[in-house]
Amino acid sequence: MSSRFINWFKFSSPATFYPLAGRMVPVFSLIAAALIAVGLYMSFFVAPTDYKQGEGYRIIFVHVPAAWMSMFIYLVMAFWAALGLVFNTRLSGMMTRALAPTGAIFAFLALWTGAFWGKPMWGTWWVWDARLTSELILLFLYLGYLALQGAIDDNRRADRAGALLVLVGVVNIPIIHYSVKWWNTLHQGASVSISSGSSMSAIMLWTMLIMALGFWAYTIAVALSRVRSIILEREADTTWVQELAEVRS
Amino acid sequence: MFSAFRTLLGRDLLLAMRRRSDLFTTLFFFVIVVSLFPLGIGPEMNTLRMIAPGVFWVAALLASMLALERLFAIDYEDGALEQMLLTPQPLSLLVLAKVLAHWLVTGLPLVLMAPLLGLQYDLSSEALGVMVVSLLLGTPALSLIGAIGAALTLGLRGGGVLVSLLVLPLYIPVLIFGSGAVEATASGLGGQGHLSMLGAILVLSLLFAPLAASAALRISAE
Amino acid sequence: MSVAEFFNMGGYALYVWGSFGATALLMVIEPIMLRSYRHNVLRRISRLARIKAEERV
Repeated sequence: MSSRFINWFKFSSPATFYPLAGRMVPVFSLIAAALIAVGLYMSFFVAPTDYKQGEGYRIIFVHVPAAWMSMFIYLVMAFWAALGLVFNTRLSGMMTRALAPTGAIFAFLALWTGAFWGKPMWGTWWVWDARLTSELILLFLYLGYLALQGAIDDNRRADRAGALLVLVGVVNIPIIHYSVKWWNTLHQGASVSISSGSSMSAIMLWTMLIMALGFWAYTIAVALSRVRSIILEREADTTWVQELAEVRS
Repeated sequence: MFSAFRTLLGRDLLLAMRRRSDLFTTLFFFVIVVSLFPLGIGPEMNTLRMIAPGVFWVAALLASMLALERLFAIDYEDGALEQMLLTPQPLSLLVLAKVLAHWLVTGLPLVLMAPLLGLQYDLSSEALGVMVVSLLLGTPALSLIGAIGAALTLGLRGGGVLVSLLVLPLYIPVLIFGSGAVEATASGLGGQGHLSMLGAILVLSLLFAPLAASAALRISAE
Repeated sequence: MSVAEFFNMGGYALYVWGSFGATALLMVIEPIMLRSYRHNVLRRISRLARIKAEERV
């Protein structure tokens, strides 16, 4: 029991996590590249043309995984934030910070591809659909976190303040989503849902899943590589950083 | 414990009375923003009646956000906040007192002013009544949620703009249900459901926001 | 299916390639930016280490 705890906390030290992350980045990059290659092949050559939406529906294979990832990353950030506030580990704050830009990028991509979907399907670039609106608010939450991080110079305060903001955000997300849905049904906008428009065939679902897994591996690779730079930046004064091969050369 | 609450509330109100110009800035901001919309949109009474709930609520959101910056800043600068962190009374109670004082000074005048401004938009007396009730339920929730943002950005450069980035997304449910209540009443559907949702949001923020804000204060003042 | 037909995407070319293109672009740019970030950090630290070593001498 106790030895397991010690092991976990050993990896939460930046000095031991840095080389571990360095070994994991290429592995996850390879997985991401392979999965995304397969996913792209499937989305253009295997998945059949949709009888209602023609070839245009293929946007789904980036839109839905990007939207999934943007939500999932926020949850993972909340997990690290809670861990950081409870156990006061330095690494958790760095992980939260390393994930945020990628999450913001996926939220933006979900909106961008949503617009490119909406134009041919609904005739407008933007529809105040409940899901798109919630995604937009999620992007605002990411931007708020990044702005707060940018404004605080003291690392410790930035980590803890950011963690609290993410937790407040994660508590609010269900309330926001519910209220946006309520608002949407009251105003009866074009509530054409994106993914349930036409019946989903198994091959489409598989393609989406493979793309989502590819994005997931990409996120891990990118976040780990970003956290490595953050560790170096923050631990620049320590001897273990100064003795690293890449620093000495 | 409650004497500390009362003392702090009295102190903040007294300080606000000494600086009456602060009190009026928020109110005037609200009045001006609401009065500008007809100038931008045109004096069509039908259009105005339709956009009134949204205009009032967005103006209230912005006004209460503008005032947030001063919520903890003065105490932070003169060191009173540090003393508050050291007192044996629970910090969240003190935060609650400060937020209440802040709302009485900046939120309540705005609620009282709203029906008068509503006449500019030709709202029915029924809709005006619901507007006052919705603002009465909603603006305290705005102050409470805003307190978290104000505490997080304490003493940072560009604090005012930063607060808006952090807090405005969290204001969205209040905006939706607040303006929804007025709109539903104006269109004859009855705003009961919206008002109960606003009440629920107020209760939730009363429970959790002081805790989060005091945690944020501890982080910021460390 | 010819290559031109493939790129035409049944008339949805702008939308399909606009989505996939933007996604690909961002997912390529992000690792490149990360690389330059890491490069900058390493350069700054090694300069710091060198200054420290000189002081010791």
